[in-house]
Order: sequence, then structure tokens, then C-alpha cells
Amino acid sequence: MDQVMIEITDLKKGFGDNAVLKGVNLRVRRGETVVVIGRSGCGKSVLLKHIIGLMKPDSGRIVVDGVEVTALAGEELIEFRKRFGMLFQSSALFDSLSVWENVGLGLLEHTDLDENEVRRIAREKLELVGLTQVEDLRPSELSGGMKKRVGLARAIAMDPPVVLYDEPTTGLDPIMADVINQLIRRLQTTLQVTSIAVTHDMNSAMKIGDRLAMLYGGRIVFEGTPEEVKATQDPVVRQFVEGRAEGPIPIYEG
Amino acid sequence: MNLAQYVGRSVGFSVAEVGAVFILLCSAARRIPKALKQKHLVVEQMLRIGVGSIPLVLVTSVFTGGVAAVQAAYQFQNYVPLRYLGSVIGKSVVIELGPVLTALVVGGRVGASIAAELGTMKVTEQIDALETLAIDPIRYLVTPRLIAGIIMLPVITIFSDFIAIMGGYVVALIGLGITSHVYFSSLKLFLDTLDVFSGLIKAIFFGIIIAMMGSHHGLRTEGGAEGVGLATTRAVVSSCLLVLITDYVLASLLFRGVFSR
Ligand SMILES: Nc1ncnc2c1ncn2[C@@H]1O[C@H](COP(=O)(O)OP(=O)(O)OP(=O)(O)O)[C@@H](O)[C@H]1O
Ligand SMILES: [Mg+2]
Repeated sequence: MDQVMIEITDLKKGFGDNAVLKGVNLRVRRGETVVVIGRSGCGKSVLLKHIIGLMKPDSGRIVVDGVEVTALAGEELIEFRKRFGMLFQSSALFDSLSVWENVGLGLLEHTDLDENEVRRIAREKLELVGLTQVEDLRPSELSGGMKKRVGLARAIAMDPPVVLYDEPTTGLDPIMADVINQLIRRLQTTLQVTSIAVTHDMNSAMKIGDRLAMLYGGRIVFEGTPEEVKATQDPVVRQFVEGRAEGPIPIYEG
Repeated sequence: MNLAQYVGRSVGFSVAEVGAVFILLCSAARRIPKALKQKHLVVEQMLRIGVGSIPLVLVTSVFTGGVAAVQAAYQFQNYVPLRYLGSVIGKSVVIELGPVLTALVVGGRVGASIAAELGTMKVTEQIDALETLAIDPIRYLVTPRLIAGIIMLPVITIFSDFIAIMGGYVVALIGLGITSHVYFSSLKLFLDTLDVFSGLIKAIFFGIIIAMMGSHHGLRTEGGAEGVGLATTRAVVSSCLLVLITDYVLASLLFRGVFSR
């Protein structure tokens, strides 16, 4: 089980003058869930988008399951993405499709299952995220938290071996957040899903993460199990985890 | 900034972009066999282009035919007998007015809607989401629109030709006192199948232009609502201009090259 599934080496990315990732190194083992924490705007979503090849790095490489994602392009890259599921921070649901079509689109496109079968699977995945009787609605008719959960159902619809979650519990009530935490945990224990989750929700981070990694100043400055995070004396991590305005992390960036 | 750059920028089209559009066209065309396997996507786009455009094209075409009749009658004065009115209207409609006006009207409507739809999908990360589902956005979004444009523009053009000729007929009958028999026999006398054919060839090119301008500007959208607005404007302006330029090029090729021999 100690096989490395995702390996990020010296990843750098900037937008114009704004250097966002300044050399990120991170390894995720097969079947492991790593939670990336860090301040708003520090580049967590950008990091996830690199792993699935939606963004190209300025330098550095990412290897997933032995394949160098950063070297893929065109149809090879599209094909490779079948191994991934991704939940977007903004949910990014297809607003011209109904909820069940959103969840089932991958199945409709890539398998020979007929519409009824796909609908059934979509309904099943929606139940997993606590949604019933919404499958014929349009995304515009859902609340923010419902959209997030539809996005999650879509991400796991094809049972991908790697799932990237961008803030899975943001916008959910505490009870539903716990349902989602348990779901993520269960996917990992029953299906050996490897995942990287980004979150601000420390409670969720502690529950779903085998390890936590803190992204700060464009680098991973701390990695450790939830226990290690609780015990650490690192002032940056302490300030973040405890949610204090006072400390080494500046409030205004420039 | 020189004049050419200024004009290029205002119409939303630069030399670098021509290359990008060409690459997009090639990628979209290469995916036609795959896209044809998913008929529902193509049919949906065909309906959206066709059904929505019919009322607009109907109105435009009736009046175009009517104006053609009035104008031709005015220019005929003392030089050409009015009984040739039908053939002049028929030829100008089928070769030129039908295809070009259809393309301008449909380009405004459909080009804008393609750009707005794809642009919104781009800025709300829906295109990224498609990619994460291992769905090729060009195959899924652009190619069905390209196929629909290629099929529907000629279809709408035939419809427009017919309506414009009837519009001319109404004016000829009521306003100019030409009988049905005279109008239609003169129409038949000079109207060539080659004329109709050349009009439809143009329509195919116009269909490609409209689909590609909408898709190109839509997929390149940056920012939010403002970006979508900009993309929409650019799609319409550039497709209308390209339609007119292509019309000239095709007219030169078809009538000076092929048909004059
Ligand atoms: N497409 C883009 N173009 C230009 N800059 C971008 C782009 N995407 C992200 N950025 C910049 O990269 C930085 C990191 O953005 P990112 O979305 O990764 O933050 P984040 O850590 O996910 O924040 P949050 O927790 O608020 O979601 C920001 O400064 C942002 O301005
Ligand atoms: Mg983010």
C-alpha cells in the first residue's frame, strides 16, 4: 500500500507578475487522502487544476499512477482523465442539462449503458450525497449546497480511482457536512480511492485527511497526520489551525 | 497602431486569430465522424439554428424580394421590358441576396447565441468540467454546431430564396401589373440550376463561418459577464464581415473561374 499514486515535483506557476506556486512538492500514496489547507488565494484550486491537467505549469512535473500528466496533451490527456473525478469549488454544473444528466454525462458518453440504467446510477449517487427527488430539476433550481453535492455525485459517478475535491463541505450545514465527510471516508475505505481535498473547514480536514499539507507562500510548508498537526509548534500552522488574526501570517498580501 | 491594426482590433480579428480559427476548424472537422455517432447533439443544434431562424428569415426575405422587384422595375425604365422582371429577381435572389442575407441574419442570431453559450460555459468552468469528465469540448460542443451550420444554412437559404421570389411576385402582381404567367415563365427562362447551386455552395461556407466565429469567440472568453458580452459582439461582427468577404471571393471564383468557361 505504500505505492506513490500522485507525485508533484517542484511545481511552479505564475500568472503574469503573480507567482502563485513557487515549487510545490507533494506525494500521495495509493488509497490515501491528503487534505491541502491554506489561506484563500494561496493557490489551492490552481494546484488541483494542475493535477488534472486543466492548467499547465511553468515548470515542474506531476506524475499520476506512473504517467506524467504534465507531458500529456490533446486526446491522450482527455483519455487519461477517465481516471479522475473532480469536484469544482464553484460546482461548475452544466446548466443546460438536468441534474441526473449532469451526474450521468460521463456514463452516457463513455459507456454503452442505456438511459434508464444511467438514470438509475445517477439516482444512486445522488442518494449517497443526501439528495432525492431532484434528478429532473435544472441546476438553476438548486441551492448552493445542493449544487455542491450534485457536483460531488458527478465526480464519483464513474467510480474513478482518483478524486480531487475542491472544498467539498463549503456551504453545507454542519449535519450535511458530516454526511459528506463520512462519504469521502467511505469511498476511501471501501474503494481505495486516492484523493486530494482542499478545504478551509478544519473540522472536515481532521476527519477526512490521513495527512494534512499546508500550502503557504507558494510552497508546502508543513505535512503531517491530524495528530501531528494538533501537536505542532510551527507558528504558521498553529495560527491557521486555530484561526487567529495575530501571528506570522500577514493579513494583507501585496 | 496603423490603420490595418486599428480596423482589425475594432472588428475583433487579428492575423494571429486567423491561425487559431483555422486550427479550431481543422480540429472540429476531424471530429465529424465521431460527432455524427451522437445524432442527438447534432439534431439539437440543427433545430436551434433552423426553427429559431425561420420567422426572421421569412420577414427579411419577403421584403428583400419586394425591394428587388421595385428596384429592378425602376432600373428597367425604358431600357428593358418589364416581362424580364421575374428572371432578374430570380437570379439576384438565388445567387446573391438569398444566401448573403440569410447568412447575415442567421449570423447575427446564431453566431451570438453560440458565443454567449460557450462563453458562459467557459467563464463558469463548465468547459473545464467537461474536460475532467474526459469529454472533448471540441467534439462535444464545436463539431455538432459546425455540422448543423453546414446543413442548415443551405436549407434556410432555399427557404429564403423561395420566399423572396414570392415577395417579388406579390409586388410584381399588385404594384407593377405583371401577370403570374409572365413572372414565372421569365423566372424559368433564365434561372439556371448552376445559379441555385452556386448560392448553396456559398451557404455552406457561410454556415462554416457562423459556427466557427461563434465557437472561437465563445471558447476564448475571459472574465465574467463583460467577457461574454464582448465575445458575443465579436462573433457577430466577425462573422458578418467574413460572410461579405467570402461572398466576394466565391463570386469571383465561381463566376469568373468555373462558369465563364
Ligand atoms: N485563471 C487565472 N488567471 C489569473 N490568475 C489566476 C487564475 N486562477 C487563479 N489565479 C490567481 O491564483 C491565485 C490562487 O488562486 P486559487 O483559486 O488557487 O486560490 P485558492 O487557494 O483556491 O483560494 P480559495 O480558498 O479562496 O478558493 C490567486 O491569486 C488568483 O488571483
Ligand atoms: Mg479555491
